Formats: sequence, C-alpha cells, structure tokens
Amino acid sequence: MTPIAFAEKNGLRVINVGCGQERSIEGAYCGDLLSMVMGRAKENDAFVTVMANVNTIAVAVLADVACVILCEGIHFDDMSLTRAEQQEVCVLESDEPAFAVALKLGKELGLC
Amino acid sequence: MSVLKWTYEVDGTDFTRAGEASSNLKKKLRALGIPAEVIRKVSIALYEGEINMVIHADGGVITIEMSPDRIDMILADHGKGIPDIEQAMQAGWSTAADEVRSLGFGAGMGLPNMKKNSDEMRIESTVGVGTTVYMTVYINGGPKKADA
Ligand SMILES: Nc1ncnc2c1ncn2[C@@H]1O[C@H](COP(=O)(O)OP(=O)(O)OP(=O)(O)O)[C@@H](O)[C@H]1O
Ligand SMILES: [Mg+2]
Repeated sequence: MTPIAFAEKNGLRVINVGCGQERSIEGAYCGDLLSMVMGRAKENDAFVTVMANVNTIAVAVLADVACVILCEGIHFDDMSLTRAEQQEVCVLESDEPAFAVALKLGKELGLC
Repeated sequence: MSVLKWTYEVDGTDFTRAGEASSNLKKKLRALGIPAEVIRKVSIALYEGEINMVIHADGGVITIEMSPDRIDMILADHGKGIPDIEQAMQAGWSTAADEVRSLGFGAGMGLPNMKKNSDEMRIESTVGVGTTVYMTVYINGGPKKADA
C-alpha cells in the first residue's frame, strides 16, 4: 500500500506527498532516537516518530524509508518541510500516539 | 584504474546542515549506478560520522575516494578527541549534551552503526587534537585477492 493510500484510508494528514504515490509501505519502525532508527529501520518502512526536526528528514532519506509519520499532533517546522520537499520525502501527520498509528499499520500490513 | 574523489567541508555549528554530505554523496552514487545495498551502507555510515563531527567536534573535512571495488571515507576533525575508543564504540555509550539529545541524538548507536555498515573501520584519535575515522565499503564483493 502506498503511504498516500494509507493516509487516505486511515485519516492521516498528508503534509508532503514526495514519493508517497510511487513507493509502498512494506514494514514499519517506531522510534525517536535517530541513530536507533538509522540502525534498525529498513528500506520501505513507515518511520513513525514524534521527533520533528530537519534531522528526522535526513534520516528518512538516508535510511530510505517509504514515509515519515509524525504522531501526537506534532508539526515539522518550515525548514524541515522545505527539506522534505527537496528530497521528495513523504510526510504524514496524525493526532494519535505512535502506538495507535502502529496498530493501523499493523492491520494494513496483515501483522495483527 | 580510475578513482573518483570528492571532499566535503562539514560546518560544526549548524545542526540543520548535518547530513548534507551524506545526502549529496548518496545522489552521486545513485547516478553512477552503484548497487542499492552499497549506497545504503555508505549513507548510514557516513551520516553517523558526519553528525558526530558536528555534535562532538567542531566540524571538519570528509574525503571520499571511489575505485571500482571500494568506497573509502575519511572523516577528519580537530575536535576534543576520544579518550577511550573501545568505550566509545560500545552500544549505548554517549557523552552527548542535553541540547543535542533533545534533537534525537545521543542513543550511543552512531559508532556501532558505522562499524556494522562498513567493511573496514579504524579510528585514530588524540585528546585535544582531533579524530580521524577511516571507513571502507566494498563494491561487488570488494578487492579480489591475487588478482594478477
Ligand atoms: N568525532 C568525534 N569527536 C569526539 N568524540 C566523539 C566523536 N565521535 C564520537 N565521539 C564520542 O563517542 C561517543 C559515542 O559516539 P556515538 O556516535 O556512538 O554515539 P552518540 O553520538 O553519542 O549518539 P548517537 O550517535 O546515537 O546519536 C560520543 O558520545 C562521543 O563521546
Ligand atoms: Mg553519534
């Protein structure tokens, strides 16, 4: 499922489309400590986090995740969003906690 | 044998620019048709090293050399140095300041990630003088032995 399709089906806000229509979510990783994410997130994972700064975008690019999902109603600043646009990172937002978002991803991925 | 070489200056004061060298190199390697798993290893290893140059030193210079069988990365800074490299390499060890922890750094996983994603890694460091990290990622299985 593409990140955009996931957002539409589950009521998440699409903040930046980026590559969100071309890629598909194949797994997920939740975390806020960036080098933990770097070490563990796999290519095409949905990266679920509350860490909202430009380094979050850099990690998303370099770990090659399918999208970033920012939880708890937190927003990225303009600089991060500009970077996301430049680097074609798909950014979604949810008002729910990371666990609730993870459950939705788990259902879509057939994991629960 | 042709060798491509790139250098990047890493600004030690600007967190928002950290990751630029790694992102830029990633684009170049993609354009050159380097295998995806090699690009991923290089990207992760270089990003972690680049961030360390910003949060633990005052920036520095990254030199990348690519030959047909390997990508060599040299990250040199004139920061405070690492007193105990073995301890620094342990997963979870971190001296990161609170202000950078609030940005998501400080898990103490950067050096372990660099080790895991490189095929060769070596650190030279002198307290008060600086640190140089040498990392190599092999392309296509790496250097061939006894390759006449
Ligand atoms: N270039 C450097 N100059 C000085 N000290 C360094 C340098 N790189 C690493 N260190 C030291 O080694 C420790 C471990 O580094 P490592 O990258 O594993 O973790 P971290 O940077 O503290 O946290 P993380 O990488 O998980 O965000 C650092 O906290 C720091 O004390
Ligand atoms: Mg680090």
